Amino acid sequence: MSSETQSFKGVGTPTTRMYGLMAVVALGWVFLGGLFFTPEDAVQGDAVRIMYVHVPTAWVAYLAFIVTGIASACWLIGKKHSMGFDRVAGASAEVGVLFMAMTLLSGSLWGRITWGTFWVWDPRLTTTAFLFVTYLGYLAVRGLGGTAEQRARRSSVIALLAVLEIPLVHFSVVLWRSLHQRATVLSPDGDIKMDGLMLFTLLFGVFGFTVLFAWLVSHRQRIMAMQDAQQITALDAAVTERLKEVQE
Amino acid sequence: MSTSRIARAVAAKDLRIEMRSRVVTNQVLPFSGLVMIMFAFALDNDDVLQRVAGGLVWLATLFSLFIVVQRTFAVETFDGALDALRVAGVNPQGIFIGKAIALFVQLIVLESVLFISAVVLYRVNVNGSGLVLLVTCVLCATAGLAFVGTLYGGLTAGARGRETLLPLLLLPVVAPVLICATRATESAFRSGGLTVGEGWPWVAVLAVFAAVFGLGGLLSFSSLIEE
Amino acid sequence: MNHAGFIIATYGITFGVIIGLVVYTIKQGRNLSRTVDDKDKPWT
Repeated sequence: MSSETQSFKGVGTPTTRMYGLMAVVALGWVFLGGLFFTPEDAVQGDAVRIMYVHVPTAWVAYLAFIVTGIASACWLIGKKHSMGFDRVAGASAEVGVLFMAMTLLSGSLWGRITWGTFWVWDPRLTTTAFLFVTYLGYLAVRGLGGTAEQRARRSSVIALLAVLEIPLVHFSVVLWRSLHQRATVLSPDGDIKMDGLMLFTLLFGVFGFTVLFAWLVSHRQRIMAMQDAQQITALDAAVTERLKEVQE
Repeated sequence: MSTSRIARAVAAKDLRIEMRSRVVTNQVLPFSGLVMIMFAFALDNDDVLQRVAGGLVWLATLFSLFIVVQRTFAVETFDGALDALRVAGVNPQGIFIGKAIALFVQLIVLESVLFISAVVLYRVNVNGSGLVLLVTCVLCATAGLAFVGTLYGGLTAGARGRETLLPLLLLPVVAPVLICATRATESAFRSGGLTVGEGWPWVAVLAVFAAVFGLGGLLSFSSLIEE
Repeated sequence: MNHAGFIIATYGITFGVIIGLVVYTIKQGRNLSRTVDDKDKPWT
């Protein structure tokens, strides 16, 4: 920390800058193409435009939770208990919770247009809502405090318990709904006829949101590393000060 | 000491504390009884009450579950008793099973009272094969609740803001129990034209739930309480 | 465009949140990397 002006090294690296550039291009296309250039769908009309952002956000949200689960397992199984895994798990869950909230919001707006209701008790929707709440709990556990080691231990166990919980929730909701009559509003679901441009926009959107996810996770994980380092430095400083006081 | 002896010792200690302090009998039981009466005020209709009685009993159980779980771990963290057990090298799996057994017994007492009050207040009928289904359902569901409650109670024990954190963590996890136990209980009550036979698949899910979280708890409890 | 309000709201929320998160992340990263020692940045 010699000269405060510009000698510090930032969070970005060439790799993340490349991710960022690709994400900007792809998301720019999704915004313009999704809103203006693509034609409206024969069945859904303009509501299909919501799909171009809804599907990629949902994909990223699920991907984020898979990454959290795998990273937590890696931390727990690994002999070295490398903190990198824990930070990736945390960063990925943070991003995932936010994207899940956006997914639920855009999905319910789409549902209001297409089905006439904001919400149906469909197993997929219900499980998604539970995933959202479960990972809010996961983030709350991460915020409990303590050392980085304690945080990693607690949160990795919670993440793996969530991996146990979500299939059980999904299965019981499926059983529950199968007793009632099928939600008939679900009919215009999969039968979208996509022309080339529409399909391209959707897939390019999935690609763009995925690199955005990679950018966000690598940046946020580095921020967490710095926060942990800062905490340790502050602790060391406090200890030295206290020692000095005692010696005087 | 073997794991089962530790489990028995921990369970006996917890139940003895409860017997002497009488918090469950004097506070939690009246609370859950009150919840049942409040439900009747909110749903002012005999037919509706009879139809949804199963769900209301299990909701009241869940509300009381948070209080009981917090209570069994407040006992442990108050004088650092959990730390003492850990430092003494007591097998964490024994602690987990012991606390789960104590929780199970308390919940069973609570649910018996709730079901009796449902029969009295909501005029539900249960007999013969329905009773067999109901008892099996209660045993499986309570085992699941006891395991999950012990697991998450141990995690939040001693943490800041645990009163609010515990329901946030626990509610999503016990949602399958609420769904399955409610359906099975409705079958046992034959409410809404259901037959008793329709209830058994739900009990199977409850048993799977209890087994999964029992195993998960045995494997992970030591990491959760070890600091 | 039919249902323009719903569609614009969806795009507004999604892109708004993303831009907000990215800006927040960049700012937080700048502030922290100014105060933290370079040896604590294993990616550099």
